Amino acid sequence: MSGLTALLSQTRGRDGWDWTDYFTFFWLGAGLLVMFGPAIWLVLSSLKTPAGLSEFPPTFLPYKAETIQVDGYDKPLPLYRVTTEEGVRDLAELRRVGTVAQMIDPEQPDERLRVNIADRTPIRKVGFAWENFIDPLFNSNFPTYLKNSVFVTVMATLITLLTNSMAAFALSKYQFTGRNTVMILILATLMVPLSVILVPLFSIISSVGLFDTLWGVILPTVATPTGVFMLRQYMLTIPDELLEAARMDHASEWQIYWRIVLPLTAPALAVLAIFSVVWRWNDFLWPLVVLSREEVYTLQVGLNAYAGELNVQWHFLLAMTVVTMVPVVLVFVFLQKFITTGIAGAGLK
Amino acid sequence: MPSPGKIVGAVVTAPLQYMGQLVDPLLRRWQSWTGLNGMAAFFLAPNMLIFGVFVLIPMGMNIVYSMTSGNALFLKDREFVGGTHYKTLLDCQNYFDPQSCHQDLFWIAAGNTFQFVICQVALMIVVCMITALILNSEIRARSFWRAVFFFPVLLSPVVVGLIWKWILQRDGVLNAVLLDMGLEPINWLIERGWAFFAAITVSVWAHMGFYALILLAGLQAIPKDLYEAAEMDGTRHMRVFWRITLPLLMPNLLVVLVLSLIRAVQIFDEAFVLTGGGPGTATMFLTQYIYEVGFASILKNPGLAAAASILMGGVLIVLTLLQLGLTGRKDRAR
Repeated sequence: MSGLTALLSQTRGRDGWDWTDYFTFFWLGAGLLVMFGPAIWLVLSSLKTPAGLSEFPPTFLPYKAETIQVDGYDKPLPLYRVTTEEGVRDLAELRRVGTVAQMIDPEQPDERLRVNIADRTPIRKVGFAWENFIDPLFNSNFPTYLKNSVFVTVMATLITLLTNSMAAFALSKYQFTGRNTVMILILATLMVPLSVILVPLFSIISSVGLFDTLWGVILPTVATPTGVFMLRQYMLTIPDELLEAARMDHASEWQIYWRIVLPLTAPALAVLAIFSVVWRWNDFLWPLVVLSREEVYTLQVGLNAYAGELNVQWHFLLAMTVVTMVPVVLVFVFLQKFITTGIAGAGLK
Repeated sequence: MPSPGKIVGAVVTAPLQYMGQLVDPLLRRWQSWTGLNGMAAFFLAPNMLIFGVFVLIPMGMNIVYSMTSGNALFLKDREFVGGTHYKTLLDCQNYFDPQSCHQDLFWIAAGNTFQFVICQVALMIVVCMITALILNSEIRARSFWRAVFFFPVLLSPVVVGLIWKWILQRDGVLNAVLLDMGLEPINWLIERGWAFFAAITVSVWAHMGFYALILLAGLQAIPKDLYEAAEMDGTRHMRVFWRITLPLLMPNLLVVLVLSLIRAVQIFDEAFVLTGGGPGTATMFLTQYIYEVGFASILKNPGLAAAASILMGGVLIVLTLLQLGLTGRKDRAR
């Protein structure tokens, strides 16, 4: 909101509003709507009942039909507002046959009324269909997908941080023959995205027995060239004298790496960790190729499978999409600064 | 309260810390045996091993794969056929008419990708340029607005695809808005042209924040006194833009151009979830072609998919060399 009020009170022209002010106003306002709107619509929709979702035109907020418990009936009955010749009454529906509904007055449950469905509207109030989120937890594979995604993301990020920082340490703090060759090799792979080596990579993964396993998803992604580069650039700024002093004190090379260089590289490591979490959480094409059993699906692959079903259960699908979005939104809210400085500084994504 | 970065750092390093204590004695022995250079090899080994097995070897294998045929997965079971796959892919009577090609689907996908790249990158550059200029002007709460445009960048392509699939449905909210404004509803994902349009706009929506950020960084690096001098001379807005902003922003603009080209050529995830390549083949792009031919379709032909991926890789290598040249020049200029 602070952004909005700030926006409303700004002008560029010295006397009144310039056209650039109108344009800025329009662009930022439209940006707010277009960028956040779809995600907000997703969240609102995910809280609607299947009946609410099939409505057209859709309501903005999620509504739930009101029901009433009537004596003599096990299940709660849906309430309708019925316009009859005697006036407007609230009735509960027993069953519907064609265009005629059998209804009863909750006050006098013995008398059955026949009402044309054109004469009635459901009574409803704003209500959230939390069952969209709760049901998949118990009777679908969703918890498995979630667990798999968390495992892949955490393991891949840990391995990425360790191997990339070790390689960056070697490439920035040792003078050895072949250093440039190694750099060029790593650089060269920037040109070869996964989509280009899909077929041979699949055969390698299969031949080492990692087809259809989570490790098959994790391993090919962890040796990120961008990570090595970013960390190396950062480590180059650490003065070599520090390392020399430690060697004088008989520190082992591992201790130098672990106790001196790594702590000093913490800011760059944090940025890489955040990026790696987002990358691995969002990965789609490679898991789609490697994973074929439902038990090992990650969230992204699982969502795609649900969306591809013949009868898409949108109320579950939207709820699960929201859950998939949550970690990334948390990263966005709390760690956005790290990412934007990372991009502006190194141009990585 | 500790900063979020510290918390992330602590969580991440805890298990590694334990591991480090275990390996240290072994490493001391290794070091006394091999000396400093041996240690460099040790530090490089894990990354290069993973790298070699899962990136470098596949790169080489891809070429061999593209020259073998059959359905067998492992190279030793495959039959060598030389350049046949390339010949099949490039076998066309008229390169502008996919129907006349032996592999019509490949040419449809290539044509779609070409159109997509041109439209998406052009739209991307314009939208990002405007956004960056506005974010760089004297607005209040700049970091808030920057975050607004950056938000979709972090979303997974699958989530992006599903969000928009839900909005663009025939009974979706966008058509409700159109009806409300007295317009005809549109079959966004069912009509060929509109589906293509949707694929372009959705991918611009998802990635524009990233490129706008790079442009914004470039704009903020332009010295302020240049603008002050122009204002003193009474130069008009448009002229300031063409004579000062654009020339000085050019390095960043070129980086954005090449990066977005590279990304657009590989378009797959969000378009695949949004349209599944349809209606028909209207939004079938090259990566989807490789995926379908290599893994998904009944006409599985890994050799053909490898050949197609090498052709696509060639384009990407040219673009990446261009980018490396550009960034290299930028770094030296600093």
